[in-house]
Amino acid sequence: MTKFLLAAAGVGLLAVLSLFVGATHLSPATLLAAGPESEAVRVLLASRIPRTIAVILSGMAMGVSGLIMQLIVRNHFVEPGTAGTVESASLGILLATLLAPGIDLIGKMTVAALCALAGTALFLFILSRIPLRSALLVPLIGLMLGGIFDSVTTFFAYRYDLLQSLNAWTTGDFSGVLRGRYELLWIAFALTAAAYLAADRFTVAGMGRDFTTNLGMNYRRAMSFGLVIVSMSTAVVVATVGTIPFLGLIVPNLVSMTVGDNARRAVPWVALGSAAFVLVCDLIGRTVRHPYEIPVGTIVGVVGSALFLYLLLRKGASDG
Amino acid sequence: MVRPGTPTPRQALLLLAVAALAAIAAFMTLGARGNWDFVLPFRGTKVAVMVLVAYAVAVSTVLFQTVTGNRILTPAIMGFDSLYVLIQSCAVFLLGSTNVAMIDHRLRFGGEVAVMVAFSVVLYGTIFSRSRRDLHLLILVGIVFGIFFRSLANFLQRLIDPAEFAFLQDRFFASFNSVESDLLATAALLVAAVSLVAWRIMHSFDVLALGRERSISLGVDHRRMVTIVLVLVAVLVSVSTALVGPITFFGLLVANLAYLAVPSGKHRFVLPAAVLLAVIALVGGQTILERIFAFDTNLRIIIEFLGGIVFISLVVQGKAR
Repeated sequence: MTKFLLAAAGVGLLAVLSLFVGATHLSPATLLAAGPESEAVRVLLASRIPRTIAVILSGMAMGVSGLIMQLIVRNHFVEPGTAGTVESASLGILLATLLAPGIDLIGKMTVAALCALAGTALFLFILSRIPLRSALLVPLIGLMLGGIFDSVTTFFAYRYDLLQSLNAWTTGDFSGVLRGRYELLWIAFALTAAAYLAADRFTVAGMGRDFTTNLGMNYRRAMSFGLVIVSMSTAVVVATVGTIPFLGLIVPNLVSMTVGDNARRAVPWVALGSAAFVLVCDLIGRTVRHPYEIPVGTIVGVVGSALFLYLLLRKGASDG
Repeated sequence: MVRPGTPTPRQALLLLAVAALAAIAAFMTLGARGNWDFVLPFRGTKVAVMVLVAYAVAVSTVLFQTVTGNRILTPAIMGFDSLYVLIQSCAVFLLGSTNVAMIDHRLRFGGEVAVMVAFSVVLYGTIFSRSRRDLHLLILVGIVFGIFFRSLANFLQRLIDPAEFAFLQDRFFASFNSVESDLLATAALLVAAVSLVAWRIMHSFDVLALGRERSISLGVDHRRMVTIVLVLVAVLVSVSTALVGPITFFGLLVANLAYLAVPSGKHRFVLPAAVLLAVIALVGGQTILERIFAFDTNLRIIIEFLGGIVFISLVVQGKAR
């Protein structure tokens, strides 16, 4: 518990640091010196605080979604990005944009969530149809399915000249987050909290259908619940900030290496670790090319994949 | 295995060859109006590019699958073509687009291929020799490398000046319509060289397909052969990526179709079958797209779509494990 509190304090520090980094110079001193109506306070309230909250919330949502996915699919290499969930959510956003141009963010998000749900369900359906399922096939099929959704999205975006906006959605980026434009992420937070409350169910469901039924639990219901949480969280995050690759893969794997596979214990650590990870990546993105920004999706891709490769190959080296 | 009514490998190849020629003939002649002196060279260049790409993708995928002993791997999944994109981005980032543009096409292409070959042999050679037993790990490492290269390239592209970025983007999204002829010639030369080497070691491929232990006991210098094959694959991937950009699932599609089409595991049947299928898919697809649908879309998008679907159905039927 003390360890967890220390870690939480660390993330808190990162969050405070994140408040004072950006194009406009802002330091604790200028804030104190300035009155409540000053420019500095307005930047803080309208841009910096919303941004930091958005970073933390979307990080948590994607990390915990990855964990749930790994539990219900029973495979360590699955996350919303390797199961077609992200791609089907993006397709949903494109469809909403094309069919109802004036639609608001909530509408877009609903369509995206429905598409994400359908896409992920299709993924699970395909998995259930495969006679001999090897651990390696599962993420591969997810990637293929994602590729198929992606090609449909690109097809329409190409025809309707939306490729550029598509690019903007598919790369996670917090630079557009302002007060009034991120609040939907609290839905993702509620879903993450629900995931924590239902964590034991996912642990049990992860043991397999027969085992779950033996314990007197409804396997199908646990699976559907997990599916809904993952799809909705992904849709909310993709609709508001874009995709953050890899997060759901790396943080849960790191956590399960250290605290094990019990979801109830793992969820808080995954949430904290993911928030810290995205905060650090966002900070890097804002400082490397100051005053310009590099989108967080890019930084997460580089840092996350390098870290993951290091772990994999180090582990591989010790195995033989 | 050979049931009555099933064509022999030779017959299957013959059928595929006829279909490929028909596709090319259809592409060259359908809907042609006006001056043949213009139409023939114009369409001929396109066909040449498509055939070259089909050849490179098909051969590289089949050989890669032979070396790794797995029929659902492709060089693209293992990050080969994102590596190429990364090398391009690095060149523009370090030298600037003006300098890169000033270098002779052929020289630049040769240099890129050389860097890619050296890098991929060191990288993948190490991974393959280290974790051959754990295919699981191998494929994951490959996928992650792909993501790593892509993100790193993206990162560099963000640091590059927007004007230079436009230059770079042009290079990645070359379609079948806009290939420089000197690049085409260089690519053809490289492919010919690769084919010569592959031809001379053709007999070893079937042995390599038996797996590491068995091929060693049959007297094949496994490590050396694998390195040679990886070099060949790297050259072929560079050629196809340089010409038309990355095509992820196409190789997977044609290689698996080739295993189904030819009732024989022998490379002298499977390799040509895969090449012919790739030609049929590319040229035939482009013909349908341009002449029949007059559709302004990208063939690559459709290939990815169909390739993914066919592949998943293959997996579901348990034919590609």
